[in-house]
Amino acid sequence: MCLAIPMKVVKIEGPSGIVELGGVKRNINLELLDGVRVGEYVIVHAGFAIQKIDDKEAEETIEILKEIAK
Amino acid sequence: MKYIDEFRNPELTKKLIAKISGMVSDYKKDIKLMEVCGTHTVAISRAGLRKLFPPNLKLLSGPGCPVCVTPNNYLDRAIAYCRKNDVIVITFGDMMKVPGSTSSLEKEKSRGADIRVIYSPIDALKIANDNPKKKIIFLGVGFETTSPTIAATIKTAEAGNIKNFLVQSGHKVIPPAMETLLADKEVKVDGFICPGHVSTIIGSIPYEFIPKKYNIPCVIVGFEPLDVVEGVYMLVKQIVEGEKASVQVQYTRSVKREGNPKAVVLMGEVFERENSNWRGLGMISQSGLKIRKEFSAFDAVKNIEVKVEPTKENRQCICGEVLRGVKSPLQCKLFGKMCTPENPIGACMVSSEGTCAAYYKYGE
Amino acid sequence: MRNKKGTSTNIRRVLLAHGDGGKLMHQLIEEVFRKKFNNEILNELNDSAVIKSFLPKNSKLSFTTDSYVVNPLFFPGGDIGKLAICGTINDLAVTGAKPLYISSAFIIEEGLEYKILEKITDSMARIARQENVKIVTGDVKVVEKGSADKLFINTSGIGVIGKDINLSQKTIVAGDKVIVSGSIGEHGLAILSARGNFDFQSKTRSDCASLAGLIAQMLKTSKNIKFMRDPTRGGLATTLNEIVGGMDFGISINEKDVPIKEEVKAICEILGFDPLYMANEGKIVAIVSNKDADTILKAMRNHPLGKNSRIIGEVIKTPKQKVISKTKIGGTRIIEMLTSAQLPRIC
Repeated sequence: MCLAIPMKVVKIEGPSGIVELGGVKRNINLELLDGVRVGEYVIVHAGFAIQKIDDKEAEETIEILKEIAK
Repeated sequence: MKYIDEFRNPELTKKLIAKISGMVSDYKKDIKLMEVCGTHTVAISRAGLRKLFPPNLKLLSGPGCPVCVTPNNYLDRAIAYCRKNDVIVITFGDMMKVPGSTSSLEKEKSRGADIRVIYSPIDALKIANDNPKKKIIFLGVGFETTSPTIAATIKTAEAGNIKNFLVQSGHKVIPPAMETLLADKEVKVDGFICPGHVSTIIGSIPYEFIPKKYNIPCVIVGFEPLDVVEGVYMLVKQIVEGEKASVQVQYTRSVKREGNPKAVVLMGEVFERENSNWRGLGMISQSGLKIRKEFSAFDAVKNIEVKVEPTKENRQCICGEVLRGVKSPLQCKLFGKMCTPENPIGACMVSSEGTCAAYYKYGE
Repeated sequence: MRNKKGTSTNIRRVLLAHGDGGKLMHQLIEEVFRKKFNNEILNELNDSAVIKSFLPKNSKLSFTTDSYVVNPLFFPGGDIGKLAICGTINDLAVTGAKPLYISSAFIIEEGLEYKILEKITDSMARIARQENVKIVTGDVKVVEKGSADKLFINTSGIGVIGKDINLSQKTIVAGDKVIVSGSIGEHGLAILSARGNFDFQSKTRSDCASLAGLIAQMLKTSKNIKFMRDPTRGGLATTLNEIVGGMDFGISINEKDVPIKEEVKAICEILGFDPLYMANEGKIVAIVSNKDADTILKAMRNHPLGKNSRIIGEVIKTPKQKVISKTKIGGTRIIEMLTSAQLPRIC
């Protein structure tokens, strides 16, 4: 129901910021999150960052997957 | 692409599917899992996952996307707005083809209506600034993922004193629709694949009534092939091992138990619940969002008078039964005749991945 | 000098009078078209181009037409003029023809800057010269403001197909290989960012190019090229569906083998597009016999426009008239023809 994609924050300008994916950049709104930092990845939906990606959890998911697949 | 490519690893996906096949091979009954999210449906069909699972593991497509379930009368009102000379209607691309009683936005555009497709609701504010003499009506549709972005846009318009920006709110919330499906005795679902991005906002708590009340497991799942396969694995595990049903999160890199509290607060500040009509499912209590009266200056319905044509529903459409998985599209009199992907009537044909559209295209 | 609206009044523009058949029109034709497209056939300025019969014995004539209405007129990697000439050359070349003569007709919205028109005709002349084709006849009409979007161009082309070349859909059999001459979707992305529609920034340029040289090289290499198409609007998916349409075979492609650049992939992820439906203006899809596939692929990769050529799939017996894609994880899905333009989705 909701298309949202992880993109990297490359610049922050007040309530908005520039995010990047595979060389494509766009200005998006960051108001739905607190304390976003340059270099972090956020989930972007309709031009808004709706969540920060939890890198530890992402790694853990992959580890669990490998474990299950054994 | 980080956080995308690693969740598309073909070897790992194949191994996991083999694992799942092993788990269900001794299970005597069919296992029916329902995804309630259109993006899951698209992800599953793009990866060609459905046919890789063993025959007694069935993935059903539920209500689908917020666009497909938007009813005729919402579209009829939007169409009435776009026929006014002083109005620019702004929409997400998905809405263009959704039919109203007698027309669609796509047809109205070809007749000269000023309808613009945007990527972000915030872009509508620029159009409002550039066209001070026009009323800019944004078609606010979407589930809990999208409604906070519209709420934020309304607040930005208020802060920027933008007076010609209005929203026609058709927002819906997901858990009541799932409850409606569950209350229907005809619907037999063994587990729910819950929407990862709605849950990114609302968290996992709103689903807890499902295992508690109905003893049906729920897993909140991401959208890459490995996410879906792991989600299915987690559900199958709960079902086959006869564990006490619970809500689990597979998509942990984005979904927290409490969701995104800031977005939830914002959504509650601008919108309040109301009863809402779903294409295919009918009226569902407290399943829609309307604009609160504090923000009524931005409510298109309250501020712009328009004569909306009387709603015509096609009573022969059995979309509701198809959505609930109790009838097949082939049992519908309209299917393939009056209702086709080019001229859709029901939600399941509107969505390119809907059950009827898939039957029509692939003869599934 | 500037008028109230802030537009300069001394910029030279195309006026309605430039299309009325009188002196101004002749001036326009002379300055903007005749001088730039300059060749002995056009210079005669007859009502139609008179060309000495040029068909060798047993050869065939290839004849095509196409209209160009791209918006904006200029985009990274090309402009409407380059697109018109390359497009017509490519339509001829994929039938196995050597492109020779082109006609060009212009429908101009009054008020178009002269300078813009000249830039576009310069670009047409440049490609024509480079590809050794002659623009031998043409037409110009000027319409009222609002009746057209700045400029539309129609080009028709004639080419000659040598007597030993017989490309036909009917020669395709199961087992033939499907080759694409490079990464897909770049024209689509370049136009999307040039329009500024959804405010995305990307460095991708249109792949707009004449394919005549690459195709000549392929035809020299092997007699076992069965059929070719250039996948433009509707993308690779639509072209593959056109190839299987009404035929006794289907096509199976491997998703992982289809070359797609990172930026195109990214924009498709963000907007919910499928790269298989993104437009190209400088790519070939070739169906070739299995035994010559590697030789042809090598020849293609030796040409600058074919460096990234890949075998992406093969012709299959069943399902007939369908294009299927083997996904990276081993699933299959049916690839349909494009039904309507791709728009950004929220779901």
